[in-house]
Amino acid sequence: MIKRELIIIGGGPAGLSAAKMAAEANLDVLLIDRSPALGGQLIKQTHKFFGSKKQNAKMRGIDIAKKLINDVKDYKNLEIISNATVVGLYPDKVLTVFYDGKYIRYQADAVIVATGASEKFLAFENNDLPGIYGAGAIQTLMNVYGVLPGKDVLMVGSGNIGLIVTYQLLQAGVNVKAIVEAAPNIGGYKVHASKVRRLGVPIMTSTTIKRAIGDESLEAVELISLDSKWQEIEGTNQIIDVDTLCISVGLSPMHQILSMVNAKMKFVPELGGVVAVVDDINQTSVESIFVCGDALGIEEASSAMMEGYLTGLNVAKYLGKPHPNSEELIHNYHHELDLLRNGPFGQKTLIGMKKLKEASHA
Amino acid sequence: MRIEQHPILNFEKKKEISFIFEGKQVIGYEGDTIASALHALGVKTLSYSIKDKRPRGFYCAIGNCASCHMIVNGVPNVRTCITPLTEGIKVERQHNKGVIK
Amino acid sequence: MLNQTGIPSKDQVLSRFPKENDLLKPKAILECYEDIPCNPCSTSCPFDAIEIGENINKQPVLDVDKCTGCAICVTSCPGLAISVAQLVGEHAVFKIPYEFLPLPNPKDIWKGVNRAGEVICDATIEKVLTSKSMDRTALLTVSVPRNFLHEFITVRKP
Repeated sequence: MIKRELIIIGGGPAGLSAAKMAAEANLDVLLIDRSPALGGQLIKQTHKFFGSKKQNAKMRGIDIAKKLINDVKDYKNLEIISNATVVGLYPDKVLTVFYDGKYIRYQADAVIVATGASEKFLAFENNDLPGIYGAGAIQTLMNVYGVLPGKDVLMVGSGNIGLIVTYQLLQAGVNVKAIVEAAPNIGGYKVHASKVRRLGVPIMTSTTIKRAIGDESLEAVELISLDSKWQEIEGTNQIIDVDTLCISVGLSPMHQILSMVNAKMKFVPELGGVVAVVDDINQTSVESIFVCGDALGIEEASSAMMEGYLTGLNVAKYLGKPHPNSEELIHNYHHELDLLRNGPFGQKTLIGMKKLKEASHA
Repeated sequence: MRIEQHPILNFEKKKEISFIFEGKQVIGYEGDTIASALHALGVKTLSYSIKDKRPRGFYCAIGNCASCHMIVNGVPNVRTCITPLTEGIKVERQHNKGVIK
Repeated sequence: MLNQTGIPSKDQVLSRFPKENDLLKPKAILECYEDIPCNPCSTSCPFDAIEIGENINKQPVLDVDKCTGCAICVTSCPGLAISVAQLVGEHAVFKIPYEFLPLPNPKDIWKGVNRAGEVICDATIEKVLTSKSMDRTALLTVSVPRNFLHEFITVRKP
């Protein structure tokens, strides 16, 4: 059994940020990530980020990933292992990790779960055909492996991810025939929508997929329009020839590891699904097990970084080894998070967090 | 099909890796996963479903959904979307739940 | 309309354009029509001509007198929502962000496109600028007939 003061599960923006604060506070830290590369979803984000300067605005996601990794690589008290999957987490803070063909057991004083999110799926006839991929998968193929996903794409979903991935497809030289959105309005930032609209990609609101068509792989899709009650309007079917369908209908927090330790969970739609009920310092109902980033509620990478910093700082304090600038940094990062959540796009998160807070006092 | 020129990213020419897919020798590149190498070769079907034998490809590409299971060097249920491509591996489509020998 | 199609209305667009008199010198057109948490345009402007304030969700407001049309905001905006416009004789000259390959060459004639993605005119590429600080967003100087001042938004390879 290998002992560590703090083990962080997940090396994306939240995990890396938490690791930086914990390492600076002189904790003995292990960061575990199951992918070959650190950086989580940032390593596919070729666009410039929003937010403020402190949140790395104007930097491309791929460069933010490099910066976050650079920020933590030189600490002697921080060990990072990648291509390592946490397969078990126990209430006494024991972890079992599958790494390099072996099972290794660790004992932590505290654990931070920063496992991020996974893509939601959409139910329609033939949705299992090859050629139908999640938006993240298409980004991964294009931006990490340099492989073209297909020739003609239909994008399902007009949230930020659907709009951004459409733009990235166009940059890679792929034809995007249209974006379909079941809701009556575009879900993401209008600047993203305007960017693809001027490039000739139509955005069809109140439209959804009825079925996919193809034998060995996708060849076409049938679309249908929806009325104000989300019901299909008869006679509005149309068939579009595409070889690639990109499903971008939202993300769901990857909370499963917390269900393993029987943490108190709650279904909060505003946060994307089932999340752990946490206190003010993001501690779950299981003592010394914390959670932050998209695993606690779907937001943005900018919020994940701020939450990661805060949770790292709070865990260091909790373990009796506060960061030298603990109070000042906690105050500053809270302020940054508030700024991010202040506008109309942050309201959903605030409602979700209020529901979580009520559940934690119950 | 690989991206040669990209306005934001730099895709350098990488070392070739030869591997075997369904008995035929094919080429991927260093840094590929098995699934990305197959996709670049135009292979979209990675397995067939257990009951109805429907063609299946990958979906999430980061190891969450289990859609990309293939048999690699005789081992079934390998998540090819997160398994790095290595020289000489044998990759086959899976048609059943997988038999661990 | 913006919320359903991604295309701002004529009124929205006109609200961001200075008076034609002010456009005799190049000025930034900030087409950010929604409150989102973002302020690189404001923090990048060397002349303090873009105001957002403490609440970074507020839409940016241009001080036309301070703006010199330097176009630093054009390549700083993560949403590619800013261009610089100027009236020069019979032409409207724009500086726009461009993130595609192949890049055009000066003197090329490409297609001028409106916010709905429709081709509306010919566009002459005057300059193509790339630099490390622009971080892979190229800045194109493009000239179109003057009457397309409020319609033109970007170029497309013919």
